Amino acid sequence: MSTKTKTTNKPKLDFTSGWGYTPSPESTDHIKLEKRYDHFINGQFVKPAGGKYFPTINPATEKQISEVALGDARDIDKAVKAARNAYEKVWKNMPGAERGKYLYRIARIIQERARELSVIETLDGGKSIRESRDIDIPLAAAHFFYYAGWADKLEYAFPNRKVESVGVAGQIIPWNFPLLMAAWKIAPALACGNTVVLKPAETTPLTAMKLAEIFRDAGLPPGVVNIVNGDGIAGAALVNHPGIDKVAFTGSTDVGKIIQKAIAGTNKKATLELGGKAANIIFEDAAIDQAVEGIINGIFFNQGHVCCAGSRLFVQEGIADLVIRKLKDRMQTLIVGDPMDKNTDIGAINSKEQMNKINEYLKIGVAEGAEMWQSNCQIPKTGYYCRPTIFLHASQSHRIVQEEIFGPVLAIQTFRTVDEVVEKANNTPFGLSAGVWTDKGSKIFNLTTKLRAGVIWANTYNKFDPTSPFGGYKESGFGREGGLHGLMPYVNLK
Amino acid sequence: MSRIEILKTYKLYIGGQFPRTESGRYYPLLDKKKNVIADVCLGSRKDFRNAVVSARGAFNSWGGRTAYNRSQILYRIAEMLEKRKSEFIEEIILQGGNKADAKKEVELSIDRLVYYAGWCDKFQQIFSSVNPVASSHFNFSVPEPTGVVAIVAPQDSSLIGLVSLIAPIIAGGNVCIALASEKMPLCSITFGEVLATSDVPAGVVNIITGKTSELISHMSSHKDVNALVYGGKDQKEIKLVKENATLNVKRVFVYQNNWNKTESQNPYFIFDTQEIKTTWHPIENIGVGGAKY
Amino acid sequence: MKSPIIDQVGVEERVARFNTRSIKKESKVQGLKIAINMIDLTTLEGKDTVGKVRQLCYKAQHLHVDIPGIPTAAAVCVYPTFVKLAKQELGNSGVKVASVATAFPSGQSTLAVKIADTKFAVDSGADEVDMVISRGEFLSGNYNFVFDEIAEIKSACGNARLKVILETGELATLDNVRRASEIAMRAGADFIKTSTGKIQPAATQPVTLVMLEAIRDYYYETGIKIGMKPAGGISTAKVALQYLVMVRETLGNDWLNNQYFRFGASSLANDILMQLAKEASGVYQGGDYFSKD
Repeated sequence: MSTKTKTTNKPKLDFTSGWGYTPSPESTDHIKLEKRYDHFINGQFVKPAGGKYFPTINPATEKQISEVALGDARDIDKAVKAARNAYEKVWKNMPGAERGKYLYRIARIIQERARELSVIETLDGGKSIRESRDIDIPLAAAHFFYYAGWADKLEYAFPNRKVESVGVAGQIIPWNFPLLMAAWKIAPALACGNTVVLKPAETTPLTAMKLAEIFRDAGLPPGVVNIVNGDGIAGAALVNHPGIDKVAFTGSTDVGKIIQKAIAGTNKKATLELGGKAANIIFEDAAIDQAVEGIINGIFFNQGHVCCAGSRLFVQEGIADLVIRKLKDRMQTLIVGDPMDKNTDIGAINSKEQMNKINEYLKIGVAEGAEMWQSNCQIPKTGYYCRPTIFLHASQSHRIVQEEIFGPVLAIQTFRTVDEVVEKANNTPFGLSAGVWTDKGSKIFNLTTKLRAGVIWANTYNKFDPTSPFGGYKESGFGREGGLHGLMPYVNLK
Repeated sequence: MSRIEILKTYKLYIGGQFPRTESGRYYPLLDKKKNVIADVCLGSRKDFRNAVVSARGAFNSWGGRTAYNRSQILYRIAEMLEKRKSEFIEEIILQGGNKADAKKEVELSIDRLVYYAGWCDKFQQIFSSVNPVASSHFNFSVPEPTGVVAIVAPQDSSLIGLVSLIAPIIAGGNVCIALASEKMPLCSITFGEVLATSDVPAGVVNIITGKTSELISHMSSHKDVNALVYGGKDQKEIKLVKENATLNVKRVFVYQNNWNKTESQNPYFIFDTQEIKTTWHPIENIGVGGAKY
Repeated sequence: MKSPIIDQVGVEERVARFNTRSIKKESKVQGLKIAINMIDLTTLEGKDTVGKVRQLCYKAQHLHVDIPGIPTAAAVCVYPTFVKLAKQELGNSGVKVASVATAFPSGQSTLAVKIADTKFAVDSGADEVDMVISRGEFLSGNYNFVFDEIAEIKSACGNARLKVILETGELATLDNVRRASEIAMRAGADFIKTSTGKIQPAATQPVTLVMLEAIRDYYYETGIKIGMKPAGGISTAKVALQYLVMVRETLGNDWLNNQYFRFGASSLANDILMQLAKEASGVYQGGDYFSKD
């Protein structure tokens, strides 16, 4: 009797039948949310000048969670004046060590309220609780903690220069990592002695309002950080306000260009962190199973709503079949659904608008002749969800290869030689990030030198750390956030 | 009978060659007494385009050279300039400068080149960092050249402004296309001759003469130009440059320094046309004090 | 012999992600019942006696009478001299008899002795043989030696299933774990097993993941399903469920049974029983209410 069973067809793995995971939703009982949120200006929650509010929706259920003040130029003006006043009277001249203590306090309170913040982030934005709990919120706290320590050490950062603060920073953040992006923007600005007017993204304002409560509870002097909610109108008013000295924007390349143009005739400093279409390159000599995991993290992290997502996969021809087989099997184990479930890997698409955009690209990809494959997971009937998707046989000239989709959609190409893959990887107006997978050290350094992108992940992907500078080449923007280099945009050197 | 002097024809410097402008146009450069000193090429947008192609072609090899090699080449430029000092002094005087200032300007230009030659293999160490990330990864950030840089040289000098802008840009591994001072263009092309005999690879530096007003919109809108350094003072031009730059998210730097001062040189000028690249790699964690399997 | 490359940090990240799976309610109960049915109840001590083995055999068949629907253990694992006894005690219960052999645990003996050891166990009625590889030969690079030895033992096994113990705690790196897995599977292993339990560390999740991935690749290539047995150091229900998660998401549900997955453990059973009793009664349990054999 042989104990070995040999199947005649191509061996298939079964990830659907049998033992599975029952829903394990994170408790939302202890979360207190107001029915309505205002702006946070000069240390107070203030009603919008126009008296208007807009709903914020849970994309997992399509239900309204709360409503939020719709800001306009009047609110922005009030906030900028408060920021200017706080800058001149309080913050600019406060010793760095004291500024740092406020930032440390903020970091600590974020840690204390981490569970609450994670739940709200997931409610408002649709990302899985696993990610908001394990990534967004801890990293946000870490950013404040890191920059807190810089506040009294700036003279060591720039050799032979005297460091001065810039003034009032106008900061506009996206919806993909709401609290984390607020931390990326606010922490270095405050550490360097600037004050802030922040405009959160329209679809994800709630954790910023919780952050405002944290600023208040930390005793941060009024006006040092002001938060004005709203849409592009408030954003434009902020960028164009003559009272700001610095613009920091994270978002699409299209809007980034509009901002760059809007401030062309001024002396405002700018940092732009824009779109991407990163190449993730797998060589034959890579650690394949870990590379497959890197592909998964690269494109399906945060529903693919990541500017540095590894959305273009390049696999060396000799291993393409194996990698794609493993990738498909791995994709079958991804759980798409209720973001509040602790077992969910891929949560809800952030908004209806984004859902429509992704669906549009799926149609385009098929029409262009690429072969679409999706995992056959169950997805909820209500809410905005997208199955993890790959396109095989994609070409450089396909729109799904050239344009940023900002969803869980991967375009796969194969390559033969180093030269070929470098040329293809760089053949894009973007230059934010790239991934390289090979066990050969000298090849890694060859590739990391030749790839024109600001962050290169070698044998890893989508890693972030407050000490690590992040930002793009080419149309992915300029300026760095994180690390020592992240101070540069918030200082004037004399 | 006195000997008839041979006059120099001033052409452009593109891709290591000295072509005339493809447009066939020129403008007369006059001295104080309105005598024609030279016919200067009135460079066109096509000349600029050709220069960008040359520059882009040279970028990989120049950026990929060792920093030590770039350092020696910049030093070589200084050596060649030193030997042809008198020629530049004459040209500056021809364009209205006095002898003492002309000598000072040329000597300062030479010293500036030596200054940046020395930085070629050092600025990276000043601006790099090893980042202590909170995971088992090695993480470092290094500067890399931005790419093709367009330069609008300051109007008020013939040599020192041009050299002060070009030197930090190429020291950092970039390639460039410089538009010379419209009022004082002579030294720029002669400087091209110095570059051509200094082991600077063709295309690394390209020099065009012509009218800023005519060329600036093309220089700032060209989508294969990664950065633009503007050395002038015209606010309208600055606005135009910054607006056009948005077409490809070009980096724009406006310098209004007094280049005749020795302190108008520092590695932060190199840093401006650098991109910071951060690289991550896992650190295996097996053995003493680490994981065991 | 070519063996796939393993990145340790990536493996640990994957394991960390498995461990974020939240297994609650029905899923937990079902998972624990699957897990308990995968246990090879083991006693491998110099002081083992007839009485000890008898008790263990009884326990394997009657894990806990107070909870209805509790399956039996998968097997009882003993030294060859106790195989006959265990076989008698277990009768037709379906619980298998596994015997270590091949100069367990060090494997430091001649092939002849190892074959004799194996044959004795099989002739005494062992359903399964747990052999050890020659780690010294492996670490010296004598992979052919290791391969041939496994193949010889396999043929000595007859119909008994062969589990090959890699003793990963002595292999130092995950690359070695992967290579040893490849050798064992290709040489005829029905199961690959992490450890003897005599060396620290014994089973770890990263090691198990690497072995599961080796099994997956072998299945992709040949269609043959190899079993996996982590042994030693797995003592809590929570960790057992984490192993099941790894199996489920690496190899799928076909491996979630005791034909293809085993836990080599002795104290794990009681912890699982305590958890099951808690789920059934809603009350936290105490050790004194579960038999220690």
